[in-house]
Amino acid sequence: MTQSKPIWLHVCDVDAIPRLGTRVLTHPSGDIALFRAESDKVFALRDKCPHKGGALSLGIVHGEKVTCPLHAWNIDLTTGEACAPDVGCAERFAVRIDAGEVYVSLDEAIGTEVSAATAAA
Amino acid sequence: MRKPRLVVIGNGMAGIRTLEELLEIAPHQYDITVFGAEPHPNYNRILLSPVLAGEQSFADIVLNPLDWYAEKGITLHLGKEVTQIDRPRRVVRCADGTEAPYDRLLIATGSSPFILPVPGKDLDGVISYRDIRDTEIMIETASMKRHAVVIGGGLLGLEAANGLKLRGMDVTVVHLAETLLERQLDSTAGKLLQQSLEARGLAFRLSHQTAAILDDGNGNVRAVKFSNGEEIDADLVVMAAGIRPNTTLAEAAGLYCARGIVVSDTLQTYDPRIYAVGECVSHRGVAYGLVAPLFEQAKVCANHLALMGIGSYRGSVLSTKLKVTGIDLFSAGDFLGGEGTEEIVLSDPASGVYKKLVIRDDKLVGACLYGDTADGAWYFKLLRDGRALGELRSSIMFGESSVGDVGTQGQNRASAMSDTDEVCGCNGVCKGTIVKAITEKGLFTLDEVKKHTKAASSCGSCAGLCEQILMSTLGSTYDATPKEKAVCGCTDLSHADVRRAVREHHLTSHRAAFDFLEWRTPNGCATCRPALNYYMLSTWPKEAVDDPQSRFVNERVHANIQKDNTFSVIPQMKGGVTNPSELRRIADVADKYQIPMVKVTGGQRIDLLGVKKEDLVSVWRDLGMPSGHAYGKSIRTVKTCVGSEFCRFGTQNSTQMGIDLETMLANMWSPHKVKLAVSGCPRNCAEAGIKDVGVIAVDSGWELYVGGNGGIKTEVAQFLVKVKTADEVKEYTGAFLQLYREEAYYLDRTVHYLDRVGLDYVKQRVVNDAANRRALYERLLFSLDGLPDPWQARINGAQANEYRPLTSTVPMSVEPATA
Repeated sequence: MTQSKPIWLHVCDVDAIPRLGTRVLTHPSGDIALFRAESDKVFALRDKCPHKGGALSLGIVHGEKVTCPLHAWNIDLTTGEACAPDVGCAERFAVRIDAGEVYVSLDEAIGTEVSAATAAA
Repeated sequence: MRKPRLVVIGNGMAGIRTLEELLEIAPHQYDITVFGAEPHPNYNRILLSPVLAGEQSFADIVLNPLDWYAEKGITLHLGKEVTQIDRPRRVVRCADGTEAPYDRLLIATGSSPFILPVPGKDLDGVISYRDIRDTEIMIETASMKRHAVVIGGGLLGLEAANGLKLRGMDVTVVHLAETLLERQLDSTAGKLLQQSLEARGLAFRLSHQTAAILDDGNGNVRAVKFSNGEEIDADLVVMAAGIRPNTTLAEAAGLYCARGIVVSDTLQTYDPRIYAVGECVSHRGVAYGLVAPLFEQAKVCANHLALMGIGSYRGSVLSTKLKVTGIDLFSAGDFLGGEGTEEIVLSDPASGVYKKLVIRDDKLVGACLYGDTADGAWYFKLLRDGRALGELRSSIMFGESSVGDVGTQGQNRASAMSDTDEVCGCNGVCKGTIVKAITEKGLFTLDEVKKHTKAASSCGSCAGLCEQILMSTLGSTYDATPKEKAVCGCTDLSHADVRRAVREHHLTSHRAAFDFLEWRTPNGCATCRPALNYYMLSTWPKEAVDDPQSRFVNERVHANIQKDNTFSVIPQMKGGVTNPSELRRIADVADKYQIPMVKVTGGQRIDLLGVKKEDLVSVWRDLGMPSGHAYGKSIRTVKTCVGSEFCRFGTQNSTQMGIDLETMLANMWSPHKVKLAVSGCPRNCAEAGIKDVGVIAVDSGWELYVGGNGGIKTEVAQFLVKVKTADEVKEYTGAFLQLYREEAYYLDRTVHYLDRVGLDYVKQRVVNDAANRRALYERLLFSLDGLPDPWQARINGAQANEYRPLTSTVPMSVEPATA
């Protein structure tokens, strides 16, 4: 786990992501899907379903979950884990919202401190 | 604030199933305490017979291990029998003094075996057959003693007898009635059953009444004596002469009981704080002794305990299956028949097959099968659906396979399949995998099988087969899919309920619908949102606003997603007619965007496969052709033959008719995809017989066929009407499709809709009632009027963000203080 402070990348205005919708952030390490819940919470996952690699950014967002467009796996946006009985996990990235702007940290692993920061934000 | 307390008396299948249902919909509502008289966690009582027969062990049949109770925060008192319900103080008490106060009480005390009031009933070696303890005694006795007598020739008695025989005992079954299983089988089937059990070495004393059980002088059983004076040796006597609802506790507490604790349709007793479910209750005068009804009760009861107040239990239609390996019998409904009924009977005693179907008013009301029960599930479905048989009547006796079933490759006999046979061709699931999941994970419903094994979760053509496997694995435990299925887990309402509410309460937004219909989830799920979106758009055209976030990706981006997340692009080519200029543009686009594959589709169009999402809008712009809607629950294409313009057999201009229909239906959303075809003569080169609407030209006009389908299960379209003019073709086609759009459930093709409402109904609305036909047609034209071509709209800038990825290279200057 990285102990150094995360680097936050500015991505977009919150309103650039539709409520219960998604956007894709392109990145050299692979696409990242951004999701906006009805509560305006924003989540970021690797845009790749743990099942067969479907683009999660093309799924339907409901509650704090997204349904993959390929075979309808449900992925929990808060953890990246597939919902039971399916098993698998999509890589999760920390998100911070500051003055209506969305920032993502692309550090490899998410420590609890960063999660707390996300929650606080 | 303290949570309200829910106390459950009874740790059996009904009580715990209710808790499971409750925890699913309201996980944190109650502090829950469970009292169980037996020292075991909840196990599948129905599978005691396989345990006795040595086919399964006790560990195999545990449904909820102790961990489950701990995980759910349930306080569990095992081996404690509740002896008093103190209603004024709202406390239950056990014999050992344990107390638990309640705000809501659930009684699920089940039933007790009926013990014949004969002398000697209390001797050692006289037992009943209700729980794991009885089963253990039987297994133990079988290893030491020889003669067993089972009193009662019902399901339980025969299963006990079969198990004891397999364990090496000489078994005699004593039965008061003339034939076995007289409540489940007619006398012919009962005799066939007796013959095959005799062939296995069981002996029977039918029409015999037990007078006494005789003592060996040491307090052990020695023999059974009948009212005719005859005696037979017995080391073990199993009383299986029926069950009685366990109502002692409830009666002592002053709750109204009448052959069971009397409950309402919401499973409430006469004390509104107290609910009761399972074998201990009497609902509308019926006490059920099978599991399927208990589960239906559990669902309704949980809903009311969760204070949702939806749903009512109106009684169950039962089906029965004997769990004796190698003996197939099945019965359901009113299989005895009688006044006003007709019977279809197939009897082949030499090969041990007997089938009787009972029909009343052209509907199947009862079935009794012996020897070949492969179609039991299908008959049970027909029975519950209450569907008019019509033409099916002539072939119904020959089973589901006789009505054609391409989707399951003719293998619709679950019991004849081996474990390695593939059931679900989409997801590669074998029969063995499904059976294993059913027994190991304790699955009871088709939905659970879908969830855990993925079988029947893609195209669904093997759903019937999966239901058969459930039925043959579980026997009477099988919890048939309810007739009115809920739309999804977010609600208990069915598609019919939701459609009605959208219309009657003028619901035009998801928010309004979720609030009004009291959805359990904050904003639905991927199943219900698209359905609701369609219902609102089709019911309130030009008023309800389309919600792109409630569209499956294909309909949101207007292209068809492929396995690698690229898309396929199919431009409109009305009637399959194109020209050099379009073909040149398609070729140029394929070059420019390096399209990996260009393919001609089955619908007479050209498919560009492998287009990246961000290229879609540019591809459409360069093509300069409208959307072919080859991705939506919408009009797809109108396939045509060349017709009278060129063909020497053509009777009418079918190509132009196809183009006209496709023009009329442009941009039409529907419950599922809609495909049409127009053929210029009865040779039918456009394959109009397997389309949602097929038009076949004849010299004197046009014939219209509806409800065909060339997909999962091939369905031949049915003749609707013959008309003379092209305008009539449009009006009748439009009216039929509008009826389908207004009334079908989401994801039902026209054939499913027709199956539900019947062709006669459609004829009456569309053919016989001219005013209604015109009204339907006008409503269709009204709702299609002004709909834009979605590709052009996006070229003009609509939904631009959908196709535009974000990029970021700018790190934030200030790091968050809390990190």
